[in-house]
Amino acid sequence: MLTLAVPRDPAALPRLLLTALALALLWPGLSLSELDLGVLLHGDSAATMGNFVAAFWPPEHGREFLDLLGRATLETLAIATAGMSLALLVALPAALLASRALSLSALHRGGRPAWWGALLRWPVRGLLIVLRSVPEIVWALLFVRAVGLGPSAGVLAIAITYAGMLGKVYAEIFESVDPRPARALLGSGSPRLVAFLYGILPNAAAEMLSYTVYRWECAIRASVVMGFVGAGGLGQQIDLSMRMFAGGEVASMLLTFFLLVLLADQLSRLLRGRLT
Amino acid sequence: MRRPGNALLLLGLLAAVAASFIWLEIDLGALFGADSLRQMGDYAGGFLSPDLSAAHLQATGRGALETLAMSAIGTLLAAGLGLLLALPASGRCGLLATSVARLLLNALRAIPELVWAALMVLAAGLGPNAGTLALALHTAGVLGRLFAEALENTPGEPAEAVRLAGGGRIAAFCYGTLPGVWPQLLAYTLYRWENNIRMASVLGFVGAGGLGQMLYLSLSLFQEAQASTVILAMLLLVLGVDALSGWGRQRWVSA
Repeated sequence: MLTLAVPRDPAALPRLLLTALALALLWPGLSLSELDLGVLLHGDSAATMGNFVAAFWPPEHGREFLDLLGRATLETLAIATAGMSLALLVALPAALLASRALSLSALHRGGRPAWWGALLRWPVRGLLIVLRSVPEIVWALLFVRAVGLGPSAGVLAIAITYAGMLGKVYAEIFESVDPRPARALLGSGSPRLVAFLYGILPNAAAEMLSYTVYRWECAIRASVVMGFVGAGGLGQQIDLSMRMFAGGEVASMLLTFFLLVLLADQLSRLLRGRLT
Repeated sequence: MRRPGNALLLLGLLAAVAASFIWLEIDLGALFGADSLRQMGDYAGGFLSPDLSAAHLQATGRGALETLAMSAIGTLLAAGLGLLLALPASGRCGLLATSVARLLLNALRAIPELVWAALMVLAAGLGPNAGTLALALHTAGVLGRLFAEALENTPGEPAEAVRLAGGGRIAAFCYGTLPGVWPQLLAYTLYRWENNIRMASVLGFVGAGGLGQMLYLSLSLFQEAQASTVILAMLLLVLGVDALSGWGRQRWVSA
């Protein structure tokens, strides 16, 4: 028989202290975020919400509404596709400018460009960072104010954010492929664009394509969300129906959204499988 | 055999791009015409001089703190709810509970945060509370699924040993299963928190508090200078979180 009191959990004290520390840090957060779960169960709002959710079934399927839904869905797809193609137009030249892979001064320095080369590349890199660091929905909000409600704002917002992302990733892909073909071409005096086309692109194309298709899929999801600030497509319709408390319409649009995301997923898998 | 198919596919893609421009009726000429560019330039000019007065900076700081608090509390709630749902979803409470929990998790996850936020603003009123709840609901779906997978993949022997030695089910879970999966659960939660900070800053667009609501209000009132400060704050927040998580990952995860 052991008379000595053996502590049952040797790690209990540090755990307790860590938990207390986390709680102390989170306590002000609780008041800042005004968390109040009771509001959901409060009679009035619970009844409103209940009515709204009860109207979800059956989903609205009138002929006229389905027409509208189809047009909004096509608009969402079109926003994503048009935005991506504009983004590509910006991203490809920017990636060529930002990448170190085509540096002439790096040829004789074991892949490290001279300081003036790096200095010239930095503005392009900085621009790409700014473009992709501001969330796409903020761009959408800004463009809605600048060019008015409607899909143009969504297209521009996707074009700008995704140009930043694609440009950065392309530049990194160019730098990550085998540099020897491009160096050989550059060293034997071919222009940079030719060195890129024959030395880098054949190795990088597959990865670029698969990333682009993946981003297109993300663009579809983003264009739905951007509709909430008035940038057209399915999101704008969801927002409108929600404000009118039309539960059935919201339900069928959410269903359409799921189908769209599933479809985009499948399509992007197919495209990636075929093209790479 | 692959070549002609691929050519057709590329043609199809080009046709899709052309069709989407035509469908949207975007007049690129008018959009990038001199007149509209000048207008956009005027508009953008307003953003070049951010409002750095002490009062506005204080308000922005408060908004940033609110955003951080929303994301932290939302993620914490989500981790709790996610774990609660992950236990049945990992197949510990019978087949029926598993499928019900999985369905629930999928539904929570499939609805984007912004839609949840719009719903929660209807249910709980304007303000950060709605944003916190929206983040908690969506993230619970994501974390619940990740947690369930982690629980499924963890070896069952330690828990079994505790059970065979006479421990109860709760003791077996706490001392047999949890220590093995704990680091993974924590890593997933931190990763989602990082995402949620970014998300929390834009949830305000539908009225759910934080920096987003400030930005929406000042843009609605055409106060470009104030809006530009808020955008700068958002940028700082995002870049800060990125740098911190990159540093943390290098320091602790890959070492």
